[in-house]
Amino acid sequence: MSIHAVITRREAPTMAAQGVERSDAEASNSAANRKFYKSRVPIYPKMVHGTFRRIKWVVMAITLGIYYLTPWIRWDRGASAPNQAVLVDLAHERFYFFFIEIWPQEVYYITGLLILSAVSLFLATALFGRLWCGYTCPQTVWTDLFIYVENLIEGDRSARIRLAAEPWSAQKVVKRVSKHAIWLVIALATGGAWVFYFTDAPALAHGLLTGSASPVIYAAIGVLTFTTYSLGGLMREQVCTYMCPWPRIQGAMTDRDALSVTYRVDRGEKRGPHKKGQPWEGRGHCIDCNQCVAACPMGIDIRDGLQLECINCGLCIDACDEVMGKIDLPKGLIAYDTDANVQRRLRGEKARFRFVRPRTVLYTVVLVVVGAVMLLGLATRKTIDLDVLRDRNPNFVTLADGAVRNAYTLKVMNRADRARNFWLSLEGIKPRIVDVIGLGNVTLPTKISVEADKVRTLRVLVTVAPRDLKPGSSEIEFTASDHRETRRVEAVFVSGAAP
Amino acid sequence: MSKKDVDQHTGTETTGHEWDGIKELNTPLPRWWLGIFYACIVWAVGYWVLMPAWPLVHGYTHGLLNHSQRDAVTAAVQQLKDARAAKEHELDHATLEQIQANPDLLQFALAEGKAAFGDNCAPCHGSGAQGGHGYPNLNDDVWLWGGKLEDIQHTITVGVRSTAPDTRQSQMPSFGRDNILKPEQIDDLTEYVVHLSGRAADAKAVARATKLFADNCAACHGPAGKGNRQFGAPNLTDNEWLYGPTREDIHDQIWYGRGGVMPTWGGRLSPETIKSLAVYVHSLGGGE
Repeated sequence: MSIHAVITRREAPTMAAQGVERSDAEASNSAANRKFYKSRVPIYPKMVHGTFRRIKWVVMAITLGIYYLTPWIRWDRGASAPNQAVLVDLAHERFYFFFIEIWPQEVYYITGLLILSAVSLFLATALFGRLWCGYTCPQTVWTDLFIYVENLIEGDRSARIRLAAEPWSAQKVVKRVSKHAIWLVIALATGGAWVFYFTDAPALAHGLLTGSASPVIYAAIGVLTFTTYSLGGLMREQVCTYMCPWPRIQGAMTDRDALSVTYRVDRGEKRGPHKKGQPWEGRGHCIDCNQCVAACPMGIDIRDGLQLECINCGLCIDACDEVMGKIDLPKGLIAYDTDANVQRRLRGEKARFRFVRPRTVLYTVVLVVVGAVMLLGLATRKTIDLDVLRDRNPNFVTLADGAVRNAYTLKVMNRADRARNFWLSLEGIKPRIVDVIGLGNVTLPTKISVEADKVRTLRVLVTVAPRDLKPGSSEIEFTASDHRETRRVEAVFVSGAAP
Repeated sequence: MSKKDVDQHTGTETTGHEWDGIKELNTPLPRWWLGIFYACIVWAVGYWVLMPAWPLVHGYTHGLLNHSQRDAVTAAVQQLKDARAAKEHELDHATLEQIQANPDLLQFALAEGKAAFGDNCAPCHGSGAQGGHGYPNLNDDVWLWGGKLEDIQHTITVGVRSTAPDTRQSQMPSFGRDNILKPEQIDDLTEYVVHLSGRAADAKAVARATKLFADNCAACHGPAGKGNRQFGAPNLTDNEWLYGPTREDIHDQIWYGRGGVMPTWGGRLSPETIKSLAVYVHSLGGGE
C-alpha cells in the first residue's frame, strides 16, 4: 500500500516538504471521481513562473499581435486593387495575401494552404506533442488571457476559491462585474478585429466609430464577441475536452516517441510528503504537493499519465520545477519527455530521443512536396484565364438552310493589374460565322480588350455550314492569348445529327 | 416534504412519486435550459405587444410597431424601381439601335429582357426560347413576322391574332375541315409541299397539285412557296416547320389550318420592358 493511500486527505499535512505548501487541488477528471453525468468542476489555475510561462507570454503577445495588427498592414497593388496586405474581399470575390492574389477559381491554393497547415500540425505533433494546443491555439491564447485578467482582479487561486465561496457582498460584486466587463471588452476587440480582415480596415474603423458601418458588420462583431466571451471566459477547458476534435485526432498523431508533458514515474514514485532531513532513498521525488494540479488550466493531474485533456502547455513543469528548486532536487520531475523514455528508464536503460522516425520522415516529405507544388503553382500562375460554358437550352439551333449554331458564354479573365488585349481564336471546326454579341460578326482570331483585374463575359455564337457539319459532337478548343501567355479550353460543338 | 428520499442505486433524489414500487427520480431541467425557456416567454410577450400577433374576428392585432410584410415588400419593390429609374429613363429615350450600340445600356436591357422573358414568354416559347410544336423557336433565323429589332418590338407590342386592334393578323383556311378541298387534293398538296422543301415526293401528285397550290396557297405563301412576312406566311422551302416536318404534320396543317395566338403585351408591359425584350430576343442569335 502506497504512502499516498495511507494518509487520507483530512489528515494530510498542509506542508508537503520543508518550504513547500501542499495544495488540496484535485484533478477534475480523476478516475475515482468520474461519473456518467457530472456538472463541471470549477477550475482555479494557480499562476506559475518559469520557462514555459514566459514562452506562453511571448507566444501570446506574438499571436495576438498578428491577429490585431495584420489587417492594418498596407501593401501597394496599384489602382486596380485594394492596398490591404491581407484581405478577404467577399464583395469583389478576391483574396489578397501580400504578393498573392487569389480568384475564386483558384480556390485550390487555399486547399493547398490547408493541407500544408494540416501536415505541419501532424509533423509538429509527432515531434513535440500538442504544441498547437498548448501555445498557439486561439482557444488556449484567449483562455490564458482571460485567466490572467481573472487573476489580476480576483487574486490567485486560493483568493478566487475563497471569493467563489463567499456570500455576495459589495466587494464581490465589484470584482465580478469588473472581471466580466474586461472580458467583454477583450471579446469586443476580438470580434471587432475579425471584421477588418474582410473589408478595408481604416475605412471600416471610421465607419464603426461614426456608427455608419453595415448592420452585417455589427452582427458579426456581436456574434464573435459573444463566442469569444463564452468560449474563452466561461467554457474554457470544456471547449478542448468536449467540443474540439483535435484531442481525438491527436491520439493518432502521437506515438511513444513523441514529446509530451510527462510525469517521470520512474523518478517520482513512490510519492509522499517529505519532512526535512528525511532520506530520499527508497521513495520517489514527488512530494505530493499537488502544485502541478493547482497550476493546470485543464484541471487535471499530469501524474495520471498522458491523457486526452492535457493540452501540453507545460505550466505544470514550471510549477514542479519551482518546488524541486525549493527542496534541492534536480528539476524536471515533470518535463517534455517521451513515453518510451520513461519505460526505458524503468527498465534501467538510457533515455534517448528519436526525432527521425518513419512518420516524421513521411510528414516532412509530404510537407516538402506540397510546399514545392504550391510554390511552383504560384510562380507559374497565369494572369489570364478562360472559362467556356456552352448553352444547353437550347442545345443547338438549326437554321433555315440546315446550318447549325451553338452558343457559348466565354469568361475572359485578366488577372493582371493593367488593361490588356487578348486574341481569341477557335480550333477544331470550320465555322461559317462567329458572332460575338455586342461586337457583331468577327473574323478569328479577334482582339478582345479586358480591363485590369476584371472578367469580361462574351456570348459567342458559332454557326457551321451544312457541308462542314460532322454528325454527333465535335471537339473544339477556344484559345485566349496575349502572345506571352496562352490559355486553351476544350469544348464541344453539337450538330444535332446522330453520330 | 420533510425528508429527502434518495434512490440508493443512482444516488439521485426522487420526486416522492411511486408506482408499483418504482420511484421517479428527480432530475430537474438544466438551469441554462430553463433560463432560455423563461427568456422565450418574456420575448413572446414583448412580441405580442410590438408585432402583429393575435387574430381577431375582424382583422388582427397590429402591434405597436405597426409592422407589415406586405408594406415591406412594396417598399422594397419601390426602392428597386427607384434604383433602376435612371437606366429605365435612358432606355425609354433610346432607340433600339442606340441601345445596342451602348454596351452599358445593352447589358441592362439584356438583363431586364431575360427576366421579363422568363416571366412572360417562357411558358410558350420555352425558357431558352427554343419554342416547340406550334410555338416558334426564337433562336434561329426563321421569322414569320420579321427578325429586325423593330419587327420584334412590334410583334411583342401587338401580338399575333390577339385582341389588339392592330394585331398581326392572318388566318390559314382549314382546307379539309371546311370542305374547301377534297381529301385526295390535300394528299396531293402535301406531296407538293414536301417537294418544295427539297425532299423526294410522288411526281404525279406534285404535277396534279401544281395548279391547286397556285390557286389556293400562292396568294400568301408566294408562287415559289417562299412565304410572305406581311401575312406571317411561313417559308415552305426551308428546314424549319412550326407544326412539324413529316407528311402527316403537313397534311394536318393543310386540313386544319392551325394558327397560334400570341397575346398583345402593349398594355401589360411598359414600353421599356418591351424594348428590353426586343433586344434580348434579337440577341438570342437570330436577329436580323
